[in-house]
Amino acid sequence: MSDNKFFFSPADDDRADGFEKVTGSAKFTAEHTLPNLAYGLFVCSTIAKGSVKNLDTSKALAAPGVLDVISWQNCPKVPGYDPAPENKNKPGFEWRGLKVLHDNKVRFYGQPIALLVADSFENAMGALSLVKAEYDKEAHETNFDKARLVDANLKAAGNYKRGNASAYQTAPVFIEAEYNIPVEVHSPMEMHSTIAVWEGADKLLVYDKSQGPKGTQTGLARAFGLPDKNVRVITEYVGGAFGNALRSWLHVPAAVIAAKKLNRPVKVLLTRPQMFSLVGYRPQCWQKIGIGADKTGKLLGISHQAISGTSRYEEFREGIVNASKFLYACENVDTDYKLLPLDMSTPTWMRGPGEVTGCYALESALDELSYKLKMDPVDLRIKNFTDINPENNLPWSQKNLLECYAAGVEKIGWKNRPKVPGTAKDKEWLVGYGMGGGVFGAGKGNASVRALLKNDGSLLLQCAVSDMGPGTSTSMVLVAAEAMQMPKEKIKFALGDSDLPSGPSQGGSGTTSTVGSAVNLACTTLKTRIKELAIQTIPAFQNLKTEELEVKNETVFLLKDGSGKMGIKELLQKANKPSIDLTVDSVGGNSSKEKKMTSNSFSVHFVKLRVHSKTGEIQLTKVVTCGDAGKIISEKTAKSQMMGGVVGGIGMALKEELTFNHSTGAIKNASFGGYHVALHTDIPPIEVFFTNKPDNYVNEIGSKGVGEISLIGFAAAVTNAVYNATGKRVRDLPITKEKLGFKNA
Amino acid sequence: MSQKLLQESRRNFITRSAAIAALYLAPPVFLKAAAIDKVVPLPIEKEKLALEINGKAYDIMVDSRSSLLDTLREQLNLTGTKKGCDMGQCGACMVLVNGKKVNACLALATDNNGNKITTIEGLAKGEQLHPMQEAFVKHDAMQCGYCTPGQIMSGIACIRTNHANNRQQVKDYMEGNICRCGCYQNIVDAILEVKKSGKPV
Repeated sequence: MSDNKFFFSPADDDRADGFEKVTGSAKFTAEHTLPNLAYGLFVCSTIAKGSVKNLDTSKALAAPGVLDVISWQNCPKVPGYDPAPENKNKPGFEWRGLKVLHDNKVRFYGQPIALLVADSFENAMGALSLVKAEYDKEAHETNFDKARLVDANLKAAGNYKRGNASAYQTAPVFIEAEYNIPVEVHSPMEMHSTIAVWEGADKLLVYDKSQGPKGTQTGLARAFGLPDKNVRVITEYVGGAFGNALRSWLHVPAAVIAAKKLNRPVKVLLTRPQMFSLVGYRPQCWQKIGIGADKTGKLLGISHQAISGTSRYEEFREGIVNASKFLYACENVDTDYKLLPLDMSTPTWMRGPGEVTGCYALESALDELSYKLKMDPVDLRIKNFTDINPENNLPWSQKNLLECYAAGVEKIGWKNRPKVPGTAKDKEWLVGYGMGGGVFGAGKGNASVRALLKNDGSLLLQCAVSDMGPGTSTSMVLVAAEAMQMPKEKIKFALGDSDLPSGPSQGGSGTTSTVGSAVNLACTTLKTRIKELAIQTIPAFQNLKTEELEVKNETVFLLKDGSGKMGIKELLQKANKPSIDLTVDSVGGNSSKEKKMTSNSFSVHFVKLRVHSKTGEIQLTKVVTCGDAGKIISEKTAKSQMMGGVVGGIGMALKEELTFNHSTGAIKNASFGGYHVALHTDIPPIEVFFTNKPDNYVNEIGSKGVGEISLIGFAAAVTNAVYNATGKRVRDLPITKEKLGFKNA
Repeated sequence: MSQKLLQESRRNFITRSAAIAALYLAPPVFLKAAAIDKVVPLPIEKEKLALEINGKAYDIMVDSRSSLLDTLREQLNLTGTKKGCDMGQCGACMVLVNGKKVNACLALATDNNGNKITTIEGLAKGEQLHPMQEAFVKHDAMQCGYCTPGQIMSGIACIRTNHANNRQQVKDYMEGNICRCGCYQNIVDAILEVKKSGKPV
């Protein structure tokens, strides 16, 4: 991975790792081979709450190839499970969340109660059911809809007020409505796994599916009482994650524990059903929105309440009500957010965390208000557009939503939208148009990047970030090619290894901004070093200052007239240097002391669909998705990412729902056969539009993220289009024909 | 594989790997009824298996319970074929067996004795990509790349079986290949382009 081969030169804008991905040579976590590798699988609880009274492992241990069954009864001591008193209150020293194999308590259905390790996958799988558990059961609650009605069950998670509370109720025109989303699950195609290898008593090598090799490294180092440098985490390719690899779940320490106990490499694999319960999910959420305006559509009040689920053993919060505070101009806003702990595993960030949930409700409510006002929903948004963030009163560094509205209106054919819902027909189909918008924070974090320019003319850049699919190396190579003014075929970006210079976790749409800024800094520093070397080496350049030289097209020359040109390869050879090697630390945040502006990425989605008048079948016929996310570094991969958000949004709007058997607490549909994600046949033509305007307040390269905004607001666009087609307003996702009043055929 | 053979192999699969399948698929009620202890074969026999994979002959011993997918990935280190669900629901493990597409996770390795298998590793000739691989790169028909080998194998089968005459036909044929990153539009574009080019697949 960190080699410097350039055997495949992608065309102008192709994905940098496309060759590896289409030939199957890209190695994902579970695919690393090690001698003497053992296989670990979890034995999971068949109750939702209580404790394991008796665990009979004798039959399993007698089965062929079984090496061990590790449970709380025989688990080696894990320092981070019970930190020393002096570390107890320091952040990160105590293992966050559930301590797997540590006690006999059961907190949710399907919780690992033991790890069975065998010498082959077949032997592990074959013996799994031979482990017998007896339980002491306690009463559990997984029914969100029921439990949320009891105030005593709820925990306050923050509220906000600007102007008057509930001001919408006194507005000339207002609506009030409740919206529900079910539990949704990331379900990336690669199932999570971890391979742990102890390379000595205090040295650990881990292959892990992780969105943040550095975070995983630190977490494991603290948990197992090692210095960070003694833990190496490799996460070369990540087969999708969408947020669920932002933290180390139970299988990660379990693999490390087993490898320690057995003194051999252990690979712990999750099964697809376990992917629905052991690596997080988007929590179920109930929301109520009240929104009112004067007769011209000027918003007078927004009230937004939300209750979302969490586990009994951890609090998970996200910014569900945040966009309501600032997306539109409105003097009176109040929000209230509460959590509902249930006997389920802990939710986590899922693509567009918080905002996806909140904007679904807000953008649906705005649509409802527009019909009450007899106003075009786009016009209603334009009417309440603001350049100043009303929450913090700072101007936006860039906000080009008006351009997005105009592009979407034109490209979707908004003029054909029926003013009266249910009136546009195409034979037996009812045709509808809808739109919805989204917003997500944009910022820049800390990152370090190493640049290694070799005397063969190649440039290697390294950062300990990982890439779950957006095309991080592709964008980083383009940033470097631009900064160095050199061909991208000679540049390689290496990632996915905690031994590389520190990088951020890939999340919150921040990678391109954060790592891109560091790559840019590394390249500008490298150019200065090249100039310094030229001044030292080339007699004609003696006594010149670096500002008087330019580096471009792999040469260094005099800026004022382009004279004295020397190839960089030649320069290094002449100076007898095999390479220039430097590492820079790029600092996050904004360099100006006082924050003068505020920054976000924005999106607007337009949907055209049809609903069959006899069966209720919903078919999307066209999508236009518009992103306002600063400069687009790699248009091809950014477009793919936007389309991916749309596809996820189609799933969210029409298909995805994790369901529970509340009498046992078990998940009912933990497979792709039961949990329906969008398929080839669900996808209409998707057109992507970018405003592509650099936002240089956020960072030097002017780029913001598109990963989250591509999904945020999309489900509302579908909801609104279904209403426009049928006149039926569905406020519970997913929208099904049954909810539209059709019988299931 | 003929329909009869398919049914035969399916029956074998169900009886011989009932324990494995049950663990994945069954609700707890079924687990009780199936008397699991009895269907786990003890001790486990290794069986001889001769395969031709990507033109290369393999004579190996495999666990009789091993799926073709696990044999490829865990025993032969041919990890280009992906495990996305192990239940035949996602298409990531698509391979060609005697030219026909098969979910390798649903096929027992030992049922493939004497079969010719083509995996994603068998498509490119050195650095020269297969037309379908080239088209996938050109159309950016991937993000994370995990479903990609399966999509490519199905895409080849789509053209070979004459199911690539228009967009809807391709979408229908490809429905069993899930892409959670959402590259469907680009995948279909890639397949249609290869079809239009007339290049042999």
